[in-house]
Formats: sequence, structure tokens, C-alpha cells
Amino acid sequence: MISLWQYAFVHNALIAGAITAIVAGCVAPFVTLRNQGFAVHGLAEVSFAGAAGAVFLKLPVELGVLGASFIAAVGFGSLGVRLRERDVAIGSVLAFSTGIGVLFLTLYRSYSTEAFSILFGSILAVGPDDVIRALVVGAIALGALAVIGRPLRFASIDPEVADARGVPVRLLSTLFLLVLALAVTVTVQVIGVLLVLTLLIAPAGTAQRLTLHPVRVTLYSVLIALGATLGGIVCAVYTSWPVSFFVPAFSLGAYLTARWLGPVQRDARTVRGETEDGAAGTAHSHAGSGS
Amino acid sequence: MNEAAAGGRPKPEAAGGPARDRTIAADGATLALGRRRLWEGLTFTVPRGEFLVVLGPNGAGKTSLLRVLLGLQRLTSGSVLIDGHSPRRGDAHIGYIAQYRAIDPDLPVLGRDLVGFGLDGHRWGPALRSHASAARIDGALDLVGARSYADAPVGRLSGGEQQRLRIAQALVSGPALLLCDEPLQSLDLYYQRVVVEQIADWNRRRGATVVFVTHDINPVLPVVNRVLLLARRRWALGAVDEVLTAETLSRLYDAPVDVLRHAGRLVIVGADLGAHEHETALDGAGHHIHP
Repeated sequence: MISLWQYAFVHNALIAGAITAIVAGCVAPFVTLRNQGFAVHGLAEVSFAGAAGAVFLKLPVELGVLGASFIAAVGFGSLGVRLRERDVAIGSVLAFSTGIGVLFLTLYRSYSTEAFSILFGSILAVGPDDVIRALVVGAIALGALAVIGRPLRFASIDPEVADARGVPVRLLSTLFLLVLALAVTVTVQVIGVLLVLTLLIAPAGTAQRLTLHPVRVTLYSVLIALGATLGGIVCAVYTSWPVSFFVPAFSLGAYLTARWLGPVQRDARTVRGETEDGAAGTAHSHAGSGS
Repeated sequence: MNEAAAGGRPKPEAAGGPARDRTIAADGATLALGRRRLWEGLTFTVPRGEFLVVLGPNGAGKTSLLRVLLGLQRLTSGSVLIDGHSPRRGDAHIGYIAQYRAIDPDLPVLGRDLVGFGLDGHRWGPALRSHASAARIDGALDLVGARSYADAPVGRLSGGEQQRLRIAQALVSGPALLLCDEPLQSLDLYYQRVVVEQIADWNRRRGATVVFVTHDINPVLPVVNRVLLLARRRWALGAVDEVLTAETLSRLYDAPVDVLRHAGRLVIVGADLGAHEHETALDGAGHHIHP
């Protein structure tokens, strides 16, 4: 058992997994803040088409993933802000690009193992090059997030006022989708196209059950993503069950535990709001609220 | 057709000496959205330090007027100047309180964050704050009495508490012009009074100009200098006693309108000022400027 740790592939997997978890854990709170889970899934599906296309054209798979998700990010960014319309557009593109991916792989039959690793990840097969690639892409994603983070939060929470204050709301939307595309590219390697949401939403959702302090949400999100990813890799190494089973299992387990036991209640007004309001509430009635 | 009531109350004596500046100067300003004309030929000046209330039914273009002043909306014709310049998006001298919008109780955003956006939310780069910035945010929180809940998640606060944070957000940059869009909406009478006092205080002590959009003039009656009434593509500007008269309103609405004074409050009968969204402008029986 212990001897497994001597193998380079385990080291590579753990390092790449840790990089992925840190990137995903930092990006995820913005995904939940902006309600963009569907866009993440859409980017991942489009990247499947890109990966399959790259296989077909004998190009590096990562290039296909990155190129396709970048194009999709710019496309989604131009869709505007109306939620219903955006969802319809993303949904249609998502389905179509999955179809294209299937077409490429059908045309290039001998690569069905490639299809499997694109869809479900191949973390135990990463080499030193992959680790360095993940490090570079991840560093760019986090660097970009550090630059756009503050105005992005402003634009996500209070778009009208942000617009008035000169924040480029539309541009930020596209820039964030590009950051998401980078995060998806890194994450696909670990967990696969179909499961990126397990690292790009679930950790933040779990963290928000534990705290609503913004800095702590990001910190917990990273820790939860790290725990699920590294725990998943370790379990996979020992059991030979797939990583892509363990990571979502741990991720969901953490979420359910936090939901049941976490201090942040769904019910608003239980945490706060009694101090001044309570005093004021007794001093006046709610008559004639004026509108 | 247009109704510029002769000679509004002379501009207030600003604390800092004679107010030579004309903060806002509109000249023939006309706005059409699509095929709908909202208002035309708006021509007026607002001297520095004036508290101007903008009244009118829903859809009269009150919010659009604020958007023009914020540089977010272009006029169809005519001009509006602020301190001699065309309105600029992101003008740091303008504070903006947008129309009330409920904040998701699960957002990981603290009251202090919301106020901080007003100071540096538009800036790129890592969100590190100097002591001076933190002190300004504390000062704005103190100004509206929101210090005690500054570190609570915004979405868990009452409407009144959230509204005070929005005021602090608008004031934290030290604006010389404060644009308020229905800041009393969804507030009960107690908080209406609190909010009006805080905005009036900024107006009096800092000599800041205030443009205050509302459908109910009564809460601001003690502090208002002049009223701009927008209705049916027409407008009237002047002191309360000049504009809100049976004569002026009847002319503006082409229908008999009565203005009653009762216990220090104004009640308008026969003209829609947008107090109730379910009542239309044709509803002659509405009793408005309310309650």
C-alpha cells in the first residue's frame, strides 16, 4: 500500500489536484454570487467539443479545451444579462456542442478512451508537463481574478449603482467568463467535463452554509475543494475506483453535512436584525407604508 | 404647453457663501425611449445646495432623468450640463441611491462591503484597503447610524437597515450632488423620516445638491426647496405652493384636479402621481400624494 506513494504519477496527481482545487475554490464563490452554474456547465460541454475536435485533428487536447471554452466565453458574454434568454441560448449551444463532440469522436473511432478521459477526467494519468500547464493556467486565472475581483463583486451585487459609478459591467461579465474558461480547462483534467460543477459550485455552496463572511467563504471553499480532490485521489489510488466517483461524493457529502449542521440558516432574520429594528418596531406602527 | 411656473423659491443660502454655481442646467432636454416621448423641452437650472423633488406618475421618466444625470442615458435632443460639463458616467462627485431592490439573504456580503463599493468598488486590483479608506467607510456608517450592523450580511438586514447602508454607500465618496431614486420605497413611516433626515442633513451641512425622486411629497415637505413635476410629457417646476396647485395640475393633466391640505399634508385628488402601481393614469378617483 505505502509503496504506491513512491510512484511519480501519484505525486503528479496530487500536485495537479491541489492546483485545481485552489483555483476552483477561489472561482466558485463568484459562480454562486452571479448564479452562473449553468454557464459553467455550458463552458464545460463546449470544451468537450473542443477536446474531441483536437483529438480528431491530432492537436493537443488542452488546446482544444481552452480554445473552445474561450470562444464560448466570449459568446456567452455577448448574450446580455437577461437570465431567461441567457439560459435558453446556453442550453442550445451546450447541447449542440456535445453533439459536435460526439460526431468528432465517432469519425475518429480509435479514440474512445480519449472520450472517456475527457468526459470523466484523467488525473491519474497526468505527467509533469500537465502539472506545469495546470500551474500556468491556474496562475493566470487567479491573477486575473485578483485584478477584476472587486469591481466584479460590485457589478454582481449592485449592477445599477456599479454602472453609474463607471464599472464596465458588460466587459466584466465577459472577463469573468474567460476566467471561468481557464478554471474549467484546469478542472476538466481532474474531474472531466461532466463533473466540473462538483468543484466549481459545490465548495462555495457548502462554504456559504458555514459562514457569510466573504473572506471566510473563499477560504472554506478552497479548503473543501482541496479536501474533496486530494481525498478523492487518495481513495482512488487505494481502491482503484475512479477519482471521478470519490471527488463528487466527498463534495456532496460536505454540502449535505453543512446543510444539516451548518450555522447559516435558510430563514432570514434569525442571525441578525433584532437590535435597532426591534427597538424601532415598538416605537412605531407599520401603518401607511406609502406604496 | 410646458409649464415653467414663474420664479421658484430663490435658491437656498448655502452655508459656504453665495452659490454661484448652477449645478444642473437643462436646456430643451427631451427624451424619447423608442417611440415613446417621456418629456420634452425641459429647461431649468438647479442651484448648488438645492433640495429638488421630482414627482410624477409611473412611466413619466423620473428614473430616466436620473439616468441622464448619471451619464447612463443620452438625451434625444437638448442638453443637460452638470457644473458646466456633460454628465459623465462614474463621476465621483455624484452619489446615487438606486431604487430599492431586495438583496438575497444568502449573499456573502457584509454591510461594510456594500458601503465600501461606494468608495472604491470601481477600482481594479486586489481589494486591499488603506486605514484612511477604512476610516471613511466607518465615518459614512456612523453618519447613518449603521455601525452596529456593519459586519452583518446585508441580505439578513431589514429594508430600513439596508436603505441606510445604501445612503452611506452614496455618501462615502463625499458627493456634491446626490441623486435619490424612490429612497422611501418599501420603508415604513419611521424609516421614511429617518432617511429623509439623513439626506436633508447632507444637503444642509455639506451644501450638497439633492435630486429626490418620489411619488409622495409629504415625507419631504419640510425640507424641499422646489418641485419638478413630470406628467404626460409635460412638466412644471417651482415651489410646492406654485406647482402643487389645483390650477397648475389641472392644466398639466387636462382634467380637474384638487389639492387638499390636511393636517400639514398634501392630498391630490384626480391626478395620478404614481403612488400605486396598479392604478393607471386614467384612474380619476385616485387620491394621491399619499397616504
